[in-house]
Amino acid sequence: MIEIKDIKKSFNSHLVLKGVSAVFEDGKCNLIIGKSGSGKTVTMKCMVGLLEPDSGTIEFDGRNITSMEFKDRKTIRREIGMLFQGGALFDSLTVEENVSFPLDMFTNMTKAEKRDRVNFCLGRVNLNDTNKKFPGELSGGMKKRVGIARAIVMNPKYLFCDEPNSGLDPKTAIVIDHLIREITQEYNMTTIINTHDMNSVMGIGDHVVFIHEGNKYWEGTNKEIMNITEGELYDFIFASDFLKDLRAHAKY
Amino acid sequence: MIQFFEQLGSYLTLISRSFAKPEKAQMYSKETFRQAVDIGVGSLPIIAIVSTFIGAVSAVQFAYQFRTINLVPMWWIGNIVRKGMILELAPTISALLLAGKVGSNIASELGTMRISEQIDAYEIMGVNTPAYLIGPKVLAAVLVVPMLVVIAVFLGILGGWGAGMVGGFYTTTEYFRGVQDNFDGYDVFIMLVKSVLFGFIMTSVSCYKGFTVQGGAVEIGKSSTQAVVLSSIIMIIVNFFVAFFLL
Repeated sequence: MIEIKDIKKSFNSHLVLKGVSAVFEDGKCNLIIGKSGSGKTVTMKCMVGLLEPDSGTIEFDGRNITSMEFKDRKTIRREIGMLFQGGALFDSLTVEENVSFPLDMFTNMTKAEKRDRVNFCLGRVNLNDTNKKFPGELSGGMKKRVGIARAIVMNPKYLFCDEPNSGLDPKTAIVIDHLIREITQEYNMTTIINTHDMNSVMGIGDHVVFIHEGNKYWEGTNKEIMNITEGELYDFIFASDFLKDLRAHAKY
Repeated sequence: MIQFFEQLGSYLTLISRSFAKPEKAQMYSKETFRQAVDIGVGSLPIIAIVSTFIGAVSAVQFAYQFRTINLVPMWWIGNIVRKGMILELAPTISALLLAGKVGSNIASELGTMRISEQIDAYEIMGVNTPAYLIGPKVLAAVLVVPMLVVIAVFLGILGGWGAGMVGGFYTTTEYFRGVQDNFDGYDVFIMLVKSVLFGFIMTSVSCYKGFTVQGGAVEIGKSSTQAVVLSSIIMIIVNFFVAFFLL
């Protein structure tokens, strides 16, 4: 479980996060949604330690990382897997070397053990014939899947996904969503997903946090979100007139 | 002025973090070796061509002047080419070439890694990114640049000999008499000091510029240019101080 309390973060004099608090539970897909520039990426970056919050606390299963020494924080980082928006695969390494990198750097596994683990993780994301390919030879969806394989190779307790569906067609996006959900439940991970894709919200949003202008505006499940009838969240969900019409017709 | 000291402080902090204890020595040595091959083997052809012709043109120009004066024996040209190559031309010209080739490459590579979140990916894994991405590059350059400079000296001297043969300025015996005459090992020491300093400056400045880039493709291009210009200027200034204090 990850708990953030009253997180504030500013850049120069601009306050981006104005005191966000939320609890993200194990075995669930926790979604952070919001418009572009609302502060959801900053929230995630503060949680994984890429940004230092100005104030507030971030607890990973009761361990407050905001007051930790760098050395102790590194221990928690090894329990974190992250899927980046563009995959962030290392260009100079093959798919196999990308997935194997954390094992090479932080474990004393034998070559055979590492190969088995890498093949298992690539198999888990349905990529079996790409071991020797370079990231430049992969499609967007394949890059995301390699990113997931690399994120889970160390058996993380916490999985962070930043815009996992950006740049993907709707069908591939659903495949990625389902893969994330399966892995979350299979390994009972605490998964946090940054997205503004409503398909993801409806498909895998066990717990949804809506951030608006640096504040937590709403929190609930994907079932509850459909009962919203007005306000910023309503405008976010039913952004187009087409969707508003669709919802109006569905009511009748 | 404040901005200059901020940048200097930020550079020194980053470089000091680059020499932290490695998480796994084997991974770092592998990366250092890869960088050494990239910098060394990758730069050998350009260093070879340029140093050969620098040596050749030095010989031709001195031959032209000596013929005009007609007081200085032609075998001195071998001595002048050797001394010039060891003390100045090989280390400085090689370093400036490498700053253009290796420095811009490093800055744009790290800049692209920064923009495409690859550096963040290393950070999340718990890798000390300055130590893994900067340390091996700097160490590789410090080891490889002196080797390249030694090769440049040999090829420059051979270039001078070749030009003399083609132009008929002196015989092989005369030229190599000059090359061997009054050899001072201290010159080689100066050359190695310069090579190590230049290797350090070009890679550390380029790494700093690439590692700290913010924005997009335009900023990567700018940081790459700044890396080359800044490291070249620093190297030329350091070159003066080394010559001033050690010669």
